[in-house]
Amino acid sequence: MRAGRIALQALLAVIVGGLIYGAFINAADNLARAHISSGFGFWNNSAGFDISQTLIPYSAGISTFGRAFWVGLLNTLLVAALGVVLATLLGFTIGVARLSRNWLVARLAGGYVELIRNVPLLLQLLFWYNAVLKSLPELRDSIVLPLGGFLNNRGLFLPRPVFAPGFGAVGAALFVGILAAIVLHVWARRRRERTAAPIPVGWWMAALIVGLPLAGFALAGFPVAFEWPQMSRFNVIGGLEILPEFAALVLALSVYTAAFIAEVVRAGILAVAPGQTEAAQALGLRSGATLRLIVVPQAMRVIVPPLTSQYLNLTKNSSLAVAIGYPDLVQVFAGSVLNITGQAVEVIAITMAVYLTISLVTSLLMNLYARMTAIVER
Amino acid sequence: MKRIATALSIAMLLAFFAQTAWAQTLQTVKQRGQLICGANGTLAGFGLPDPQGHWTGFDVDFCRAIAAAIFNDPSKVKFVPLTPANRFTALQSGEVDVLSRNTTWTMSRDTTLGLDFAAVTFFDGQGFMVHKSLKVSSALELNGASVCVQQGTTTELNLADYFRSHHMALKTVTFATADEAIKAYDSGRCDSYTTDSSGLHGERLRLTNPNDNIVLPEIISKEPLAPAVRQGDDSWEDLVRWTHYAMLDAEELGVTKSNVDDELKSANPEIRRLLGVEGQFGQSLGLTNDWAYRIIKYIGNYGESFDRNVGEGSPLKIARGLNALWTKGGLQYGLPIR
Repeated sequence: MRAGRIALQALLAVIVGGLIYGAFINAADNLARAHISSGFGFWNNSAGFDISQTLIPYSAGISTFGRAFWVGLLNTLLVAALGVVLATLLGFTIGVARLSRNWLVARLAGGYVELIRNVPLLLQLLFWYNAVLKSLPELRDSIVLPLGGFLNNRGLFLPRPVFAPGFGAVGAALFVGILAAIVLHVWARRRRERTAAPIPVGWWMAALIVGLPLAGFALAGFPVAFEWPQMSRFNVIGGLEILPEFAALVLALSVYTAAFIAEVVRAGILAVAPGQTEAAQALGLRSGATLRLIVVPQAMRVIVPPLTSQYLNLTKNSSLAVAIGYPDLVQVFAGSVLNITGQAVEVIAITMAVYLTISLVTSLLMNLYARMTAIVER
Repeated sequence: MKRIATALSIAMLLAFFAQTAWAQTLQTVKQRGQLICGANGTLAGFGLPDPQGHWTGFDVDFCRAIAAAIFNDPSKVKFVPLTPANRFTALQSGEVDVLSRNTTWTMSRDTTLGLDFAAVTFFDGQGFMVHKSLKVSSALELNGASVCVQQGTTTELNLADYFRSHHMALKTVTFATADEAIKAYDSGRCDSYTTDSSGLHGERLRLTNPNDNIVLPEIISKEPLAPAVRQGDDSWEDLVRWTHYAMLDAEELGVTKSNVDDELKSANPEIRRLLGVEGQFGQSLGLTNDWAYRIIKYIGNYGESFDRNVGEGSPLKIARGLNALWTKGGLQYGLPIR
């Protein structure tokens, strides 16, 4: 019986594999017959178009399509990473606020969720881009920020730190600080488990992580200079530039996804039996400590799986960038590169493979976290 | 996301189905009773549906001319609005029979995309529009400027080339559609908007205050705009090519929409061949011999179509310039029908 089942599975695998192989061969054959170029030879050809935001050096004249791919991918990852962090912070805050005993706070949080969740993301994106950011003043009427920054409808321009060679010491100090903080934390927990006496080490940890690098910074003689943004005839040049397209995309994605995360968090907290809270209060824990030590750790088990899919949604939704001209992977690669090379099949295949990879890696990390936080039965 | 969908559908089509025969486009069109034409859809003067859904424009008239030649009825065309991103895919996959959408004929497109360009219907070149308040009078003063541009076009590449070869700094902001790019320019996101100069004149009229904007004199590229067909159907390509030349020849011979019936009695052998009074030229295209008569009867000659859609008879008021007949110092040269 068992052998039969294995044989059946093997047969199915062979059929699926054969179909994929057949499709591949057929596609290559059809492309050749239609006189359409195929293959990945374009990867090393010169791209020739310009990109507005590049995290790695890129120049229209010498960089290749492959380089443009990496530029687009990094821009996507930047938006996704920043969006995930902001959406999580905002989502947890709103989710907890929705369960608040304060009537006004709970209603405001509820209103936020209902409003944001029920308006299409693309509309929200266009709202942030057109209604909010483009209503900023023109270049000549720029808002001058303290410390030499500018804000106008071309973006936010800030002084950019330029690190001198001695800056490595600060990084090293930060690393040591984090390491020391972890050691301190582990020591405190072991001691608490042994003696049941809580030792508040939070401030010490903060001091280590912030203080050590600061000390290193001072000792190395403040090895940092600033590149100041300069007003020129057409644009602000130099400095750190935050494009309005980037800001609009991060805002829209975080605000939108936060509404869903808030609901996930609320559901997770409600899933913890009320007896747990009552027991904690009976033991004399204050409400903050109850939330932090009793409710949230148990709620996390319920929260993490749907939270993962929200992270995946946010990453995939970042491809809406194309609507407002932010150079993400879809805009640069499945847009300009596809059009210039005309190799739709290859470019779309690569783009899909990239999103698949990002999603699988995110899922993997979240599953690892879920396993770490799972209740250990004793 | 329509782009992704189109690209995906062509990938599926290519992967799972045997090659459709492209060699029979004329027969397919005749059986269908309708020509399917890939057009612009958002560019005034070239391809734009009015509120009633009636398409007008220079590129649109070209498709109507083909329909007139085949069906003796210029209304037997279905127009499919395409973006620069999905236009070639739509042609390759057989979604449209002909692509008449202000598309630049370049070598790489001709040789790698599985399509062929029939004839240059409009000689264009890329230009810049700027806000008047910048007090810029030449594109060479644009060092460091932000430029809004539509992606997937030769425009995007020429822009980078031009600034690079003149050692000027450039900040591009790239949008998927011309609409988004022009809106961003209008709102002050960019100092300049660039596209083919014929397009600039049309787009300028759609701005909030057209008079606060000027088109700079420099033309920085060659943009020969040409209708395209799938590679491998030579007789269909012939039909599309000769539709253009018939319209050019008609202008050169002075045959117009209004006098074409009288010209049937002309003694001029060139006119007699053009209108099918003499010879079997239509039949060799797979049409009737009065094919060109039909085109001129319904659409008019090249000059009439030009004036009506983009020239003096239109709001765009584009001068004939390079598109004048060769006899008047332009580049439009109708090949002989004989």
